[in-house]
Amino acid sequence: MTMVYEDRGDDAAGAVPMRRIKFTINGEKKVAEVEPRLLLSHLIRRGVGLTGTHMGCDTTNCGACTVLVDGQAVKSCTMLAVQVDGRAVETVEGLAAASELHPLQEGFKQEHGLQCGFCTPGMMMAAKALLARNPDPTEEEVRWALSGNLCRCTGYQNIVKSVLWAAAKLRSE
Amino acid sequence: MSQAVDEIKIGGLGASRKRVEDDRFIRGKGNYTDDIVLPGMLHMEILRSPLPHARIRSIDTSRAWQIPGVHLVLTGEMMASRNLAWMPTLSYDTQAVLATDKVRFQGQEVACVIADDPYIAKDACEAIEVDYEPLPPIVNPYQALAEGAPLIRDDKENQPDNVIYDWEVGDAAGTDRAFAQADLVSKLELHYPRSHPSPIECCGSIADFNRATSKLTVYMTTQAPHIIRAAVAMVAELPEHMIRIISPDIGGGFGNKVPVYPGYVCSILASILLERPVKWIEDKSGNLISTGFARDVYLKGEMALRKDGKILAVRMHTDADHGAFFSDAQPSKFKIGLMHSAFAAYDIPVAHLTARGVYTNKAPGGVAYRCSFRVTEAMFFQERMVQAAASDLGMDQAAFRRMNFVRDDDFPHRTPFGFLTDSGQYAKCLDVGLRAIGYDDFRKRQEEARSRGRLLGLGISTMTEPLGAGNSREYDILGIKMFDSAELKVHMTGKAIVRTGARTQGQGHETTWAQIVAHELGIPAEDVVVEEGDTDTAPFGMGTYASRSTPVAGAAVAMVARKIRAKARKLAAHLLEVSEEDVDWELGRFYVRSAPDRGVTIQECAMAAYSNMPDGMEPGLENTAYYDPPNLTWPFAVYIVTVEVDPQTGVWDVLNMVAVDDCGVRINPMIVEGQIMGGLTEAYAMANMQFITFDADGNCVGSNYMDYLLPSAWETPGFELHSEVVTPCPHHPIGAKGIGECAAVGGPAAFVNAVIDALSGTGVRNVDMPLLPDRVWEALTYRRDISGAPPVRAD
Repeated sequence: MTMVYEDRGDDAAGAVPMRRIKFTINGEKKVAEVEPRLLLSHLIRRGVGLTGTHMGCDTTNCGACTVLVDGQAVKSCTMLAVQVDGRAVETVEGLAAASELHPLQEGFKQEHGLQCGFCTPGMMMAAKALLARNPDPTEEEVRWALSGNLCRCTGYQNIVKSVLWAAAKLRSE
Repeated sequence: MSQAVDEIKIGGLGASRKRVEDDRFIRGKGNYTDDIVLPGMLHMEILRSPLPHARIRSIDTSRAWQIPGVHLVLTGEMMASRNLAWMPTLSYDTQAVLATDKVRFQGQEVACVIADDPYIAKDACEAIEVDYEPLPPIVNPYQALAEGAPLIRDDKENQPDNVIYDWEVGDAAGTDRAFAQADLVSKLELHYPRSHPSPIECCGSIADFNRATSKLTVYMTTQAPHIIRAAVAMVAELPEHMIRIISPDIGGGFGNKVPVYPGYVCSILASILLERPVKWIEDKSGNLISTGFARDVYLKGEMALRKDGKILAVRMHTDADHGAFFSDAQPSKFKIGLMHSAFAAYDIPVAHLTARGVYTNKAPGGVAYRCSFRVTEAMFFQERMVQAAASDLGMDQAAFRRMNFVRDDDFPHRTPFGFLTDSGQYAKCLDVGLRAIGYDDFRKRQEEARSRGRLLGLGISTMTEPLGAGNSREYDILGIKMFDSAELKVHMTGKAIVRTGARTQGQGHETTWAQIVAHELGIPAEDVVVEEGDTDTAPFGMGTYASRSTPVAGAAVAMVARKIRAKARKLAAHLLEVSEEDVDWELGRFYVRSAPDRGVTIQECAMAAYSNMPDGMEPGLENTAYYDPPNLTWPFAVYIVTVEVDPQTGVWDVLNMVAVDDCGVRINPMIVEGQIMGGLTEAYAMANMQFITFDADGNCVGSNYMDYLLPSAWETPGFELHSEVVTPCPHHPIGAKGIGECAAVGGPAAFVNAVIDALSGTGVRNVDMPLLPDRVWEALTYRRDISGAPPVRAD
């Protein structure tokens, strides 16, 4: 990201330390110059311009910012951008292959697993990590796996159904 | 030859149509306020007060200005020079935009910084030095009312104490007479704790003032864009036609996004001063400690009873803690919202309510959090008092309710506080609920369990909620009447666009409004696009809150579709070469009454409106309807919960929960059930864990999601929903009633009643929400009631 500052005759702007990192996001290779304190969520949203990853609570509680880093679900609001140097990031925008929806996306629509949609990308990414390690989860396992993701609209019952719908579809594929 | 269309197939009334808005949300392609990037956009951050009550001696911003990338530092003094240090609230009070004289709650806005980047703006906020002289904080209304209490609002003339209002409704003398005749008076005191709607998305705005056109465009998280436009015109003294409010996708609202917040005002002023777009996105802590809280009301309730169980009268006194500014968003006639909807479902001859509002050193708000203006408190107080009364009488909880319900043939029914309820089947709903939970069987199991030291409990709650404000005679906000609107344009190929003055935040308007059009015109729902939230294109409306979208804006959609159908009938007569009187309608087509095979579709009429209209007819097929509802809608619900309390720890688990909702005709049953489950979860949250409190020094406890507990998928119980009772609303064009909030309104008392029922025999009458394990354990162990009121310093 380029920053242009007012020239006030001092060197403070130039003194902002920057780090160069390389990473992939949804399979695309990227290079970025980032402040060491930049949060991963801000790298994704403002740097790469993928706004499907949402910021909810800033304290790792709500899970709206959940993405996958090397396949692991992480909350990108409390991971530094420099920590993904050399790693692979997946976001909600990487779920669908061209026009074809991922079964999780289909499941959320079929089972009315979303209302305002704000928590949905994080929910789906957390669910994706679950289904990768456990393709046939019980309702209880889904509830536990999603317990780091808050939703204020749905009451979760339909979210759980959505994930189970997706798991069944993935197993049949 | 045309044929009538199948309503369910075209996604009409009653179809569980999959939501059209989902397609963008599941792809991460929603467009929330924080997703919007404008050329040259700057970022704003707010500096908040760490103290709950303090005089500001000085503010030094010089170090903040030195930080590269900082464009502007705003303080109260600078706001005051532009007459913007204070703004009017939605309840005829004033609220500080940026503090000038004092700070009055922890988290109050003191200064803000506009910079190239939000990180820089945050750094600069830290560089601002504020010199405070601490003053004693007030954390609850009784402390505020005590003699010699510090005056919080010394900025106001004629404000000698901390009382905001004393208000009453009902018949005081008649209630006194009824109490004199009572065999038994049941009393209950409790506190409905302060809560926060806490949508996952926080508040925010992007103000974009264009000097060249003099136009101000504000993208913002608002449930009521037109009200905001009016407020901005008044506060900022800008011409209303030069203000455009756009409410993009909203990440949940629940009442939190109705009021006008200082951050919006500051971003607007900053954009005007800098002539660049200014984005303000609140963090979660800022959202929880400064924006519209809900509840925080204390009740003293009394019920006059005849020994056979008949309720003779009800007396209620409420003390509401409004925080530092009276900024409730509610109809102007009613100081404590629709608190007087309490007991609307019960046949009670006479009642009296007194309500007092008090300033404290806490955040302002008093918003209708998933409820219709204090109805949640009203229904909670009602159902807790009903439970206490039945216990005092030694009567069965269900039988006591059934005996006192308004009967099906008693409608329309005038409630003791003056509302007119119009429809319902209360006893039937109760019976469905009791059967579903297995009432008699559970009571037996409860007895058996108790003999083995296990504590089971069953709680019943019922509610009828006045939803869908107006009518305009009685309901206004700041004098603006509470009607709503819809505009429908049918294009020549029979496709259409609907716009309304409401604003969806997850309720699915984009799906359901199209279903209403399908129902009225036979145009497939997939051929109808819905747009809301842009004041330059949408017709004027009061917005979405208080479950008013379907009752008011939804009704307007039906009414405008009927206007379109009336014109289409003339076009059909012209096409069929018969007189209009000879044309009949079935879904999707007009036909000649004497020759039903001869007909034209609504799509053919639409084409004719642009290509083959009769002589003298105005071309086009579009219209607008403003709908002023004749009455509120009155959905009814019964919620029944069974729990088990662990006597060793005070932890309680939900065994079963049954919800019986009668919300009249359901437009989209899938969406209605989604609304009910969401509401039940918030009810469970309030009963179990979710609250904001304060320590004796005025520190907010619950200022982030580590302290402000919300249930996850792990804690949230499963719900069993029942939809078999349907009492259509007699005055709504399609018979629908509001539903979005019912479960959050009626649900909490069911959980609390269940836990109190489990404690029966201990003499415990009340434990204040949330029923945290330590509170329940203490009540059980020491056999005493537990108050949740914030503690007051002994000194």
